[in-house]
Amino acid sequence: MTRRPIHFYQVGSFAVGNRLLSDGERTVQSDAARTNSIDSGHRACQGCGEALGARYALDAAMRATGNRVVAVNATGCLEVFSTPYPETSWRIPWLHSLFGNAPAVATGVAAALRVKGRDDVRVVSQAGDGGTVDIGFGALSGMFERNDDVLFICYDNEGYMNTGVQRSAATPPAARTATTEVVGPHPGNAFGQGKDLPRIAMAHDVAYVATATVADLHDLEAKVERAMQFRGARYLHILVPCPLGWGSDSSETIHVARLAKETGLFPVFEAEYGVVTSVSKIRRVTPVEEYLKLQRRFAHLFGKNPRPDIVTHLQEIANRNIERYGLRDEEVVAPRHARTEVEV
Amino acid sequence: MNKRPFAITLDVGSSRANHTGSWRVERPVYVDRLPPCNNACPAGENIQGWLYEAESGNYEAAWRALVEENPFPAIMGRICFHPCETACNRVQVDEAVGINAVERFLGDYALAHGLRLPHPGAATGHRVLVVGAGPAGLSAAYHLRRMGHYVRLVDSSPKLGGMMRYGIPAYRLPRDVLDAEIARVIDMGVDVVLDHNVQDIERERELGNFDAVFLAVGAQLGKRVDIPAGDSSKILDAVTFLHQVADERPPMLGRRVVVYGGGDTALDAARTARRLGATEAVIVYRRTQDQMPAHGEELTQALGEGVTLRWLSTINQVDGDTIMIEKMRLNAEGFPEATGEFEALGADAVVLALGQETDLTLLERDGRVEVKDGVVQVASDLMTSDRGVFAGGDAVPANRTATVAVGHGKKAARGIDAFVRGVSVESVAKHELASFEHLNTWYYSDAERTQRPELEKVRRQDNFEEVVLGLTERNALFEARRCMSCGNCFECDNCFGVCPDNAVMKLGANGKYEIDYDFCKGCGICARECPCGAITMVPELI
Amino acid sequence: MLAQIEGSRAVAETVALCRPEVVCAYPISPQTHIIEAVGVMVKEGRLAPCEFINVESEFAAMSVAIGASATGARAYTATASQGLLYMIEAVYNAAGLGLPIVMTLANRAIGAPINIWNDHSDAMAVRDSGWIQLFAETNQEAADLHVQAFRLAEELSVPVMVCMDGFILTHAFEGVDLLEQSFVDSFLAPYDPRQVLDVDHPVSIGAMVGPEAFEEVRYLAHLRQLEALERIPAIAAEFTAATGRHSGGLIHSYRAEDATTIVVAMGSVLGTIKDAVDIRREAGESIGVVGITSFRPFPSAQVREALGHASQVVVIEKAFSIGHGGILATDVAMALRGSDCVIREVVAGLGGRPITRQSLERLFYRVEQGEVESLLFLDLDVDVVNREVERMRSTRHSGPSAENVLRDLGEPRVGQVS
Repeated sequence: MTRRPIHFYQVGSFAVGNRLLSDGERTVQSDAARTNSIDSGHRACQGCGEALGARYALDAAMRATGNRVVAVNATGCLEVFSTPYPETSWRIPWLHSLFGNAPAVATGVAAALRVKGRDDVRVVSQAGDGGTVDIGFGALSGMFERNDDVLFICYDNEGYMNTGVQRSAATPPAARTATTEVVGPHPGNAFGQGKDLPRIAMAHDVAYVATATVADLHDLEAKVERAMQFRGARYLHILVPCPLGWGSDSSETIHVARLAKETGLFPVFEAEYGVVTSVSKIRRVTPVEEYLKLQRRFAHLFGKNPRPDIVTHLQEIANRNIERYGLRDEEVVAPRHARTEVEV
Repeated sequence: MNKRPFAITLDVGSSRANHTGSWRVERPVYVDRLPPCNNACPAGENIQGWLYEAESGNYEAAWRALVEENPFPAIMGRICFHPCETACNRVQVDEAVGINAVERFLGDYALAHGLRLPHPGAATGHRVLVVGAGPAGLSAAYHLRRMGHYVRLVDSSPKLGGMMRYGIPAYRLPRDVLDAEIARVIDMGVDVVLDHNVQDIERERELGNFDAVFLAVGAQLGKRVDIPAGDSSKILDAVTFLHQVADERPPMLGRRVVVYGGGDTALDAARTARRLGATEAVIVYRRTQDQMPAHGEELTQALGEGVTLRWLSTINQVDGDTIMIEKMRLNAEGFPEATGEFEALGADAVVLALGQETDLTLLERDGRVEVKDGVVQVASDLMTSDRGVFAGGDAVPANRTATVAVGHGKKAARGIDAFVRGVSVESVAKHELASFEHLNTWYYSDAERTQRPELEKVRRQDNFEEVVLGLTERNALFEARRCMSCGNCFECDNCFGVCPDNAVMKLGANGKYEIDYDFCKGCGICARECPCGAITMVPELI
Repeated sequence: MLAQIEGSRAVAETVALCRPEVVCAYPISPQTHIIEAVGVMVKEGRLAPCEFINVESEFAAMSVAIGASATGARAYTATASQGLLYMIEAVYNAAGLGLPIVMTLANRAIGAPINIWNDHSDAMAVRDSGWIQLFAETNQEAADLHVQAFRLAEELSVPVMVCMDGFILTHAFEGVDLLEQSFVDSFLAPYDPRQVLDVDHPVSIGAMVGPEAFEEVRYLAHLRQLEALERIPAIAAEFTAATGRHSGGLIHSYRAEDATTIVVAMGSVLGTIKDAVDIRREAGESIGVVGITSFRPFPSAQVREALGHASQVVVIEKAFSIGHGGILATDVAMALRGSDCVIREVVAGLGGRPITRQSLERLFYRVEQGEVESLLFLDLDVDVVNREVERMRSTRHSGPSAENVLRDLGEPRVGQVS
């Protein structure tokens, strides 16, 4: 475990801050002087999970490095909404080159820093799921195997949202996208496809691989901080709901991300050198329906012609994740014990 | 000057020129909603408010917030039946916050640390006569003194406290606690006259030149029922019984005591009887155990102390050392009806705990104050039909609890204050209730309620030592922190952290936040993720 | 220091003298010897500090160079043919971002059919990318051009591509006079980037630019290339003054001042053309040569000045725009707008076909006789073409032309592809 749970402080382990916590126990985001690596005025949609995830991750990276981060960005929503001429939202040095080359550009940045003896400055490369699992995959794999000193962050919103919600290899089965329409006997995206990039990253034996969501800030920040303790290639995969592409209410972004984890559909874990070292247990076991029903991209599974068979199939996927990563915390589901020692 | 490539390379912070607030169709607004505990508190305490202070370990501030409304935290923390805990939203998460236990901790803390109540207000020259030194009268005296009015407090008993002293046994409310909290009020400059039975309100008012009167005479008469009895000397009412015990002149009851009734007074009587040496203390009650109006905790404690219970039973006759009990059954509507089956029960004494009534002799003689159904009729400001005469506590229609009485004392003080100043009481609109649906309980850490320790049963048999013990500081702090702060910001930084547009500003020193409407796009995440429901979304007028 | 070395080696040694800080390597013939040699020098510590990075593709090679250059490091790579096309998105991007990367292009044909030998199709494919493209005639010039390329690139913040004919130059052993480190250091100041990723002075590089400014951005890039038209000869002159060698510049004229027929070409073929021209001069023809060193920016004014007096211009080029004709010829024609000069477009040497002096002599003779149409494919085997055309006309499933042609020729060439 990289993170010690905060002993009971009302909301200490879950909320952003809480006046009762010491500074060290609060998140970076609770700091009024946080970097705001991505500033106000950006043009992300209302309730954008990616804008949130990027600020969470980069602000944490900034704190972990003493504000010495340079970022490379793939083409995609994050790039487009943050830097339309003549306005940029980035408060950190930032470079956008192309859609499929963010890992390689970051390699170049890291090489330049190394050759100049600037080992104090750290490189973060970031992309959406398209720029990571699809078009940037070759470059990412190359960066991994060379073990370049880059933290690569994938903001996974499970599709090509910038171009109008098309399928990527990170789109979940049954989800409706513009290229996996709700047509025919197998509506939405096909089952049995897609890439599990965190596991592929682990197969490269890189120093650190972790998943996170925008719903658990303490966990996310701890992972960024942990990632910054290593040199070499590292991978962080953050689930960032997209209200537009998922058809969820803009206010539900964090809630939806939370349910993705609580259902087991999105396992949250970390691994070092190819071995899983910790998992975030499910706190309140939740059936997949609760997650799916909040999103119009799964609306065809319910309503007039419901598809309980497909929902069951998705539940099986969640169950397999729960089994594979041991996400079920027995202490949570078991009856409560009388408390003997009080943690304040 | 700028040698960087045109358009492709941009300077930081430039996006702040783009005011995305124009996208908004709804705006988040910070609100204070009414926590259900506050809403339920008969004394009108700002419970969430004082728990907030207690959460940070600032017990004095918590106590001061508490005594703004109620000067008796140590008493209330023992005898209040805490409707706040019944209303507590945390019931739907795990168990209610132990508000009463924390209140007691704060009360005891203040006594141990010699904390003083606030100073009386600057003298107004107005004079108020308070008749009755029970919780209503004392509470009124406290608030009136804070307003700067002169208060004379009169009572027919030799000691202050009313039913808190004469109705509640010491094992529930130790007398040193009672005395200390009352003394603190009196020390604010209340003129006390004891052993004084007011005979004529109007005359007392004129003689003392009082601008207003508060009648808090209580309900001191035990109700009687007509039970055929060979020897009526063996029958006494619970009010009298408990009063005598409080006066340290306990009656001789014998070995077997039967208490008739199902309320808290019945339990007090039975438990007191056990402590006075009764080997059997049997409560006879017409309905079922579940239907008993007595509070559950008290019943559990009584049963634990050897009190036994005969429910679905009525007393038909008292004869010698035997009473005749008729068994009852519930009819289809759930009401008890007689079965015709009888059973004899050995009893050396029968204590009737069938409710209390107000002694109306004084008022009936006065004739100006309207009385109906045995209680005094009052307006919303607690003024009676006699101008300048107010009434509260057990004498008016309401639940007869000490906490309600304390609330009445405060309310009457406000009514009197307005009256003497010739203004009307300012009514403050209640905030919207912070119901459970307003909360996002995900954020609250899992935390079981702390149970208060109790005196070992073997040590309760022959004395009036306090049964329920207080929380340690550590546990009180824990319990306070279980508060979900329903409807009121408690500075968790969630809104500040979850905004994708950095449009929530953290103001720092006062711990509050402000929405930056230049950039807020109105996504609603802040309101959705506020644990305590302190943000609402309001449509923009477009 | 004069050395008898392979062209690739000469380039590698010269590149090392330029002290690149990041070099990315991905193998493709015929560029491999250059990058291998640089790798050895880095490992030996002769080139230090330098990060030598083995990447997984040419796309990554250019991308790594982009990242390095944007972080203030002098970045270099080399490629050819398919590799250039595989990185083409990044090639455009480097130019768009104004990053002064220097890349050697070992010119090679583009498949299909796959072909590893020399022509200029690859360079022509990125003609409009915004890179400066300099063509070397000899290995000496190829080596010298790299020093000038870094200087030019960094002065203007524009990437520069040094084009040298694959195999013909890269694999040829010739005497090359290698520069001294002290000279290169004095000629080429340390890289002072116009923009850089710097934690102390953060900027956002690579913004999205819409219709409101895109044309201006492009025009500014054009202006920088026009500026290069002045800087290229100036830098070459400075170089000449120091070394005595006429490497670089915009164009090179040879016996053209008084010629009525002028041959225009780029790269190593100029040597053969000059030999043929000498022979035709001896036969009494008024013929000369203009070699284009700077293809982009295209020195229209200088070309017009050098060719304006001729009555005939023969443009020999190792690439063409299929369905249209000569590419260089089109640029030359544009430069000569309004003159009476007749332009002959000659496509030659595709996929490594030798351009012999004899062929050229024959060509010049026929030009002189007025036998050459506007577009001519030098040494085209018309019989082979006709047979395939006939086959395609008669058989729907006629199969791939390349294999058909090889079969017709009956030569066992397939196995020679390396």
